[in-house]
Amino acid sequence: MKPLPPATEHSRYIGQSVARPNALRLAEGRGTYVDDIELPRMVHVVYWRSPVAHARILKIDASFARMMPGVVTVVDGAEMAKICKPWVATLTHLAGMKSAPQYPLAIDRACWQGEPVVAIVANTRVEAEDALQYLVVEWEALPALIETETALDPDSPVIHGDLGDNLCFTRSLDTAGVDEAFANADAVAEVTFQFGRHTGVTLEPRCQISDYNPSDKRLTVHHSQQAPHMMQDLYSRQLGIPESHIRVICKDVGGSFGIKVHAYPDDFATVALSVMLERPVKFVADRLESFTSDIHARQHRVTGRIAANKTGEILAFEIDDLTGIGPYSMFPRTSAIEGNQVVNLVGGPYRHQQYRAKLNVVFQNKTPTCQYRGVGHPIACAVTEGLVDAVAQKLGMDPLAIRQQNVIRDDAYPMTATSGIKLEGLSHQQCLDKIALMMDYPALRAEQAELRKRGIYRGIGIAALIELTNPSAAFYGVGGARISAQDGATIRLEPTGAITVMVGVGEQGQGTEGIFAQIAADAVGVSMTSVRVVTGDTDVTPYGGGTWASRGAGIGGEAVLQAGLALQKNIVDVASVILKRHASELALVNDAIIEIATSHSLMPLAELGRIAYFRPDSLPAGFTAELMVTRHYAQRDYPFIFTNGVQASLVEVDVDTGFVKLLKHWVVEDCGRVINPMLVDEQMRGAVVQGIGGALFEECLYDDAGLLQNGNMADYLAPMAAEMPDIEVAHVETPTKTSQLGAKGAGEAGTAGAPAAIMNAINDALYPFNATVYSQPITPQKILRALGKV
Amino acid sequence: MKAPAFDYVKPRLLADVFPLLQTYGDEARLLAGGQTLLATLNMRLSEPSVLIDLSAIAELRGITLVGSMLRIGAMVTHSEIEVSALVAQHAPLLPLAAPHIAHRAIRNLGTLGGSIAYADPAAEWPTCLLALDGVVIAKSATGERRIRSDDFIVDLYTTALLPGEIIIACEFPAASAGHWCDFDELSRRHGDYAIVGLAGAGQRSENTLTDLRLVFLGLGATPLRASRAEAIIDGQPLTNGLIDQAVSALKAEFSAVGDLTSDAATKMHLSGVLLKRMLMKQMRLKSA
Ligand SMILES: Cc1cc2nc3c(=O)[nH]c(=O)nc-3n(C[C@H](O)[C@H](O)[C@H](O)COP(=O)(O)OP(=O)(O)OC[C@H]3O[C@@H](n4cnc5c(N)ncnc54)[C@H](O)[C@@H]3O)c2cc1C
Repeated sequence: MKPLPPATEHSRYIGQSVARPNALRLAEGRGTYVDDIELPRMVHVVYWRSPVAHARILKIDASFARMMPGVVTVVDGAEMAKICKPWVATLTHLAGMKSAPQYPLAIDRACWQGEPVVAIVANTRVEAEDALQYLVVEWEALPALIETETALDPDSPVIHGDLGDNLCFTRSLDTAGVDEAFANADAVAEVTFQFGRHTGVTLEPRCQISDYNPSDKRLTVHHSQQAPHMMQDLYSRQLGIPESHIRVICKDVGGSFGIKVHAYPDDFATVALSVMLERPVKFVADRLESFTSDIHARQHRVTGRIAANKTGEILAFEIDDLTGIGPYSMFPRTSAIEGNQVVNLVGGPYRHQQYRAKLNVVFQNKTPTCQYRGVGHPIACAVTEGLVDAVAQKLGMDPLAIRQQNVIRDDAYPMTATSGIKLEGLSHQQCLDKIALMMDYPALRAEQAELRKRGIYRGIGIAALIELTNPSAAFYGVGGARISAQDGATIRLEPTGAITVMVGVGEQGQGTEGIFAQIAADAVGVSMTSVRVVTGDTDVTPYGGGTWASRGAGIGGEAVLQAGLALQKNIVDVASVILKRHASELALVNDAIIEIATSHSLMPLAELGRIAYFRPDSLPAGFTAELMVTRHYAQRDYPFIFTNGVQASLVEVDVDTGFVKLLKHWVVEDCGRVINPMLVDEQMRGAVVQGIGGALFEECLYDDAGLLQNGNMADYLAPMAAEMPDIEVAHVETPTKTSQLGAKGAGEAGTAGAPAAIMNAINDALYPFNATVYSQPITPQKILRALGKV
Repeated sequence: MKAPAFDYVKPRLLADVFPLLQTYGDEARLLAGGQTLLATLNMRLSEPSVLIDLSAIAELRGITLVGSMLRIGAMVTHSEIEVSALVAQHAPLLPLAAPHIAHRAIRNLGTLGGSIAYADPAAEWPTCLLALDGVVIAKSATGERRIRSDDFIVDLYTTALLPGEIIIACEFPAASAGHWCDFDELSRRHGDYAIVGLAGAGQRSENTLTDLRLVFLGLGATPLRASRAEAIIDGQPLTNGLIDQAVSALKAEFSAVGDLTSDAATKMHLSGVLLKRMLMKQMRLKSA
């Protein structure tokens, strides 16, 4: 593969595996997470959360709790509602979507186990927890709706009477020729897939310090969050504080994965408490409450069908998706997006002409679900790729061959896929060819056949995928959500020749600040050691959307590039004035102004900085050095810039125990221009592991009453290193033409493809037994049942 | 969550523990490695008013051979057992089981006494204690008594220890010539409490096992001896048929208690697989 032309004229860092500057600080334990911050007069809040799935709150008696040492106040929903408005999380472009008003603290009725109802504020967290034990809340259980399957039955309890039923959103899509395609097909496969509810399990829990200063009426919120400007806007609107009086600071964030891009009821409650108390209030979710109050994701049941003809040509897909999202759509992104994505993405890599989809998004009395790493992709990919394998098996075709035959050709772009999504440029053919080489596919198949004879059952699973990145305003903005699709970067030359880069997209531990430093250094022409990056502060950075939908590199990175190039030009203009040379003869390379013709260094950047800042008197009249530049970027050419890739998994199934051993995982990924191969590879590996978690281990298990049974780190099985396979990663680079940088997102594709690859590998291993498992997480028990052993 | 406030004492002598237990009674809790206890305090599942830390008491440490018994002090950690040459020689089942207990960081703190006292039905040490026919040595203000493993664990998280009594050590019969033992378990993630596990011990002569004790963890409220399977295997040369009979007997003897992701049928099936594999391995070794 020929390397891409460089993104800037003198490229030193973009495309290199440079270590990220903030890694050492974090590794040495010198990060500043919210819980590290102690403010004067700060108090701590704990929330009394509903112990049951659905209850009427009859009486709250806080008299004993108030007597406990250190207690500052006890506040209920009604009192809270006086200063914070309720919200309804819908988007207008999701036609017909509905949800109910939600309050920071439940009033009268709690709708899921874990919903915050009463706030207790004390001088320390321990004192607040001590007082919590003396809070007396009388409640009466209401009928709870737990199963999605019965949510729309006429005799099921309706969670919000005003809405009429439990349907949040429904959508259908039909290309009109689906029935005909199925009728004329040589092979049809039908599968029902189940996807367990799971959650993000960030190492650092959700946490916040809200600090309201009544003297200047300013609110400062330290928050472990992905979208500081979005939160600034929401606090402003819900509490009626002018936006200009609110500062949201997100310094180090210990993992987010989408869990921290939502506005939680307790976020608003904590802010409201600090307004009431006129002092800083800290909230740090503990692990137990994280399990019932952090968003969950991915509870879907999808019935899918696929049609193909004898030659292996895929003709049509059809799906029916039912998903349960909890009692409220989550603010402000809504809980209908995940299902909507499934509809958009199923069949995404392929050339079939017919597609029908039906989606029902229903309410239930469980923790609300919302966007979590991969958003809909792991489901769409598992459904698509599971169906492709199922029909290949009916046709007696090899799984790799049927994909090679059916993927959209690499030269067919730009094009509109059958579901209506617009694809700018993908590389399925190259990726499939590459992974086949990486894994030595024919040799693996031969080995598999040989081992089967000896009673060893290995399986090979392949999953092609597309992934939505670099979103335009089509994602949220057009639906009325005040979520910024554009982002900005400001770069300032310091007198010493260093630069300071301020970006709206923040760091969550994935290395975003590192790639911004690389891009800025190359764009301006300075060494990376001279670059300082500042993110996560609404008082400081340009306005922007933050970190989500794999947009940091593609959107934030392009803004940095453009700001850097503009600053470079301004610096050269200053040099031209000082040196009395024409600007076109000069360049800024390696921290110095050089003469292009000879490459001779004419002036170190520090000298230029000194003159510009301290001796402006020596510059000609009428000339001003503009050494701080801001540029913004929004991707407006497509709704989304899709990436693609392929993953493969090799597993061994112990058919006596149902245990699965992950032997190896391969990834070929096309995220456009790779800015830092090391960081992209690690994003892939981490995301693959999260995908494996969903495929084999993670599930929020509820009992019949709607109580979470495994809400702790012992019983909720997060994937651990010991079970993980080696993950080999390779790249194909098809840069997007919508930006100069050409980068697409890379943070979620691993999670999108891994569950499908693992599931297909397990079913491939079980092939000799005519057994299949389509319910994730795939537990030993499910495999034993499929084998008829239990 | 944060633990509620408690007092903390750290006696240096065993003799000082008993008056403290007398004074505080139910309000006191012994603190060994803390790997179980501290989590229950942090979750406010237990609210003792005083913790008596046993870690400074030298009498509770040490691994020694006392006559024909291997004695391991209550405060000996899982890791110390895992690497002890004396244990490897005289109670080789223990180092086979040790790597399955949690993760190294937890094994560095967790203790034999704490694990035996807590009596988790899926824990490795109580299972091994039963398989090896060990003895728990309990001491109180009024004296010392020896409790046989068969009598020690009486129900879920419930032992024969009396109020005021603490475990000071466990003793295991030192392995003699012909000693046989094996350990295996199935857990979805390394270090988790297993779905099921099996500790086997006895005497081996050629292809025949005698004095056999087969103990399962994770099946019920306590570690369970598979007496019927033992009776079938004990004293008979191992054959495929005999092993199948033992597996059938096992399934007839117990009905397991399911957990969140493995129901009773799955657990019984997996127990059968563990038993069969352990005995087949033994048979293959002998015929090889
Ligand atoms: C993540 C994790 C995973 C784990 N996985 C496993 C596993 O797979 N298998 C397993 O077996 N264990 C596992 N454990 C538990 C671990 O082995 C504990 O160390 C052990 O169960 C308790 O030992 P301790 O020394 O920590 O006791 P502590 O937690 O200090 O005490 C436990 C209980 O025993 C009492 N006690 C302690 N010492 C004595 C004594 N001498 N006499 C009377 N009572 C006493 C205490 O009062 C307390 O009630 C795990 C623990 C964790 C945190």
